[in-house]
Amino acid sequence: MAIDGSSAILEPAHHGALPGGTWRWLTTTNHKDIGTLYLCFAAVMFLTGGLMAMTIRAELFQPGLQFVQPELFNQLTTLHGLIMIFGVIMPTFTGFANWQIPLMIGAPDMAFPRMNNWSFWLLPVAAALLIGSMFLPGGAVAGGWTLYPPLSIQGGISYDMTIFALHIMGASSIMGAINIITTILNMRAPGMTPMRMPMFVWTWLITAFLLIAVMPVLAGTITMLLTDRNFGTHFFSAAGGGDPVMFQHLFWFFGHPEVYILILPAFGIVSTVIPTFARKPLFGYRSMVYATASIAILSFIVWGHHMFTVGMPVAAQLFFMYATMLIAVPTGVKVFNWVATMWRGSLTFETAMLFAVAFVCLFTIGGFSGLVLAMVPVDTQLQDTYYVVAHFHYVLVTGALFAIYAGLYYWLPKWTGHRVDENWGRWHFWLSAVSVNVLFFPMHFLGLAGMPRRIPDYALQFADFNRIASIGGFVFGASQILLLIVIVKCVRGGEPAGNCPYEGAVGLEWTLSSPPPYHSFATPPELE
Amino acid sequence: MSLPPKGYYLPAPSHWPIVGSIALFLLALGATLAIHNLAGGGFLLGAGAATLAAMLFGWFGKVIGESVGGLHDAQVEASFRWGMAWFIFSEVMFFAAFFGALFYGRVVAVPDLALGDSRLLWPGYAGGWPSAGPGLKAVFTPMAAWGLPAVNTLVLLSSGATVTWAHWGLKLGRPWQLELGLTLTVLLGMSFIALQASEYAEAYHHMGLTLGAGIYGATFFMLTGFHGLHVTLGTLMLITILGRARVGHFTPERHFAFEAVSWYWHFVDVVWLLLFVFVYWL
Repeated sequence: MAIDGSSAILEPAHHGALPGGTWRWLTTTNHKDIGTLYLCFAAVMFLTGGLMAMTIRAELFQPGLQFVQPELFNQLTTLHGLIMIFGVIMPTFTGFANWQIPLMIGAPDMAFPRMNNWSFWLLPVAAALLIGSMFLPGGAVAGGWTLYPPLSIQGGISYDMTIFALHIMGASSIMGAINIITTILNMRAPGMTPMRMPMFVWTWLITAFLLIAVMPVLAGTITMLLTDRNFGTHFFSAAGGGDPVMFQHLFWFFGHPEVYILILPAFGIVSTVIPTFARKPLFGYRSMVYATASIAILSFIVWGHHMFTVGMPVAAQLFFMYATMLIAVPTGVKVFNWVATMWRGSLTFETAMLFAVAFVCLFTIGGFSGLVLAMVPVDTQLQDTYYVVAHFHYVLVTGALFAIYAGLYYWLPKWTGHRVDENWGRWHFWLSAVSVNVLFFPMHFLGLAGMPRRIPDYALQFADFNRIASIGGFVFGASQILLLIVIVKCVRGGEPAGNCPYEGAVGLEWTLSSPPPYHSFATPPELE
Repeated sequence: MSLPPKGYYLPAPSHWPIVGSIALFLLALGATLAIHNLAGGGFLLGAGAATLAAMLFGWFGKVIGESVGGLHDAQVEASFRWGMAWFIFSEVMFFAAFFGALFYGRVVAVPDLALGDSRLLWPGYAGGWPSAGPGLKAVFTPMAAWGLPAVNTLVLLSSGATVTWAHWGLKLGRPWQLELGLTLTVLLGMSFIALQASEYAEAYHHMGLTLGAGIYGATFFMLTGFHGLHVTLGTLMLITILGRARVGHFTPERHFAFEAVSWYWHFVDVVWLLLFVFVYWL
């Protein structure tokens, strides 16, 4: 349902007297302010999780124990995972959604501006609890981000604090998703029918649905963990008729849609960036929408592929194997469409486009290694090896993160009013793109050779590839300082961006000034 | 209804969300400490609950004021409708996790413990439902469906009928029917909670049925407990809209808050029917 054309937004009576300073950011109800908050929070978390990754790679630089004890190493891998997923990728995408969706659909703001504020300000609270748990007796959670029992039932007080932190993050995600889905369903400009929505809006609509469907399942599951730990229930203990494997089923029923929550908005960004710099409309828009929906639906019936080795009937293994392979079909449609969009386009390679093209190549590598892992007999060999680590870092770093970079370079001019420094950007891209492969590609070989994940020490034959990966890791980590420089330079000044700095860009957001006015579309725009 | 709405209402900056964040921080920290019997846990829990209550009163009070002040146009109301519908969907998925645990425990985990290699570990365990598992000393009587639970089913189903009757009263412009219907619904909701409390007391004191009674006790109390919590919440929501109905906040055309609460109440009703069938009866 779209708004009737006559309506203008209703401003609060004391508009013009907005609070300043810190209080402005604590109380803001503006989608752009909140989008900025999400992005800044994610940047701080990226630094935190990144330093943990650097410590992990330093420890793994050579065999033996150098810098951290095994207990701390396990805490670092656990927190690195939780922080990067819940503190970096998800908040960044939500920040993009906050900034872009109202601009793209011609809305004055998000549907629930106050709840939008709450969704954001729950995140620092949860992060404080999660990271603060490192300083509790016994240290932080060390059982991996998946929190499998029985290990997670035996741990100390930090496990309870982490469970509450995850509850709060879940509440934040659910409220954020309800806000986004309502905004998309109810706030579109007149004439913007579903099949005219920008691809980024479509991917977020489906992502928001996934969030609302599975975050409550995670909440329920970790609540059972909490009662098993503290209140004498036996959900996950065989002695009481429960089953630790049940936790894995419940967790991955959440967990698999969750990994698509981490990638669908990335698809949306890449589907926005590539047409601009190919100066052609997105190839196969309609099939892109259907492919996204198919991926989302399939994500609910593939969770078993995370637990092939835990013991399940052969029929179940076959079902999950084939269902998982089926996902390659809509994903292949997407990759084909991106390539077809570039085909015979007049391409230019601004930094945003470089990251988008790198996404298409490197995400596809991650997708293919996922297909390899989908095969039960292969997975039996590779479960919990570095091959799995290589796989999900290709889809999450060169996939989700590179798409985020593409989106940042693409939209920063709109948000700041200044063009991005392409020279620094190119350095950032090439250093990142080369080093990230040096970092993660050797992990495939390590995994195939049998190196298990989540250990601080390893056998001598793994030393060479680990050293190469660590060098790649340090260069990749250092290269991100260039991104920080680019962002700071862009915020502080630069060549004016005008309404639209790109000749090939289409969409409502480019009809507004850069940066856009405080309330994006005070009157709904008319679509021809 | 003083001002005709001029467009989508965008609220001014608000301090209530940050108050809510502080409340949840205090609650989470307090609960962590209280679980481990550490100093300050209870105090922080109390402070968090008080802060949360203040936030709910303040925030909802503000929204009600805006609604009565005529700031919400049809599009804002549509947003509220979507928002409430998706919130209820998230609640459905929350209960789905516990129903999943019930079905998994009953159909997979418990039978498996009486088969194959498990027999070496737990010789003599027969499986079968209800069960507290092979390794516990717990002896308990399962809760029978056709006593109190059946009465509670009747109570809750009647409350679904009374809230709909109240809605008809509201739509037909009969304030007495609206208020009587809501009052009856509140009373039925309270009776349900009281009966459920007595059932819990019975379970704990006479039947050996506790949270610790294996997978049966765990799923029983988790499902009925979270449902009871939702009935309590729903009853508080009903009391709120009863108060608002009495001061005339609702018109036959515009009464989103009433509809939202009645949706929520029907959702709680449906969850109970599933509970009755799968937890108590079958």
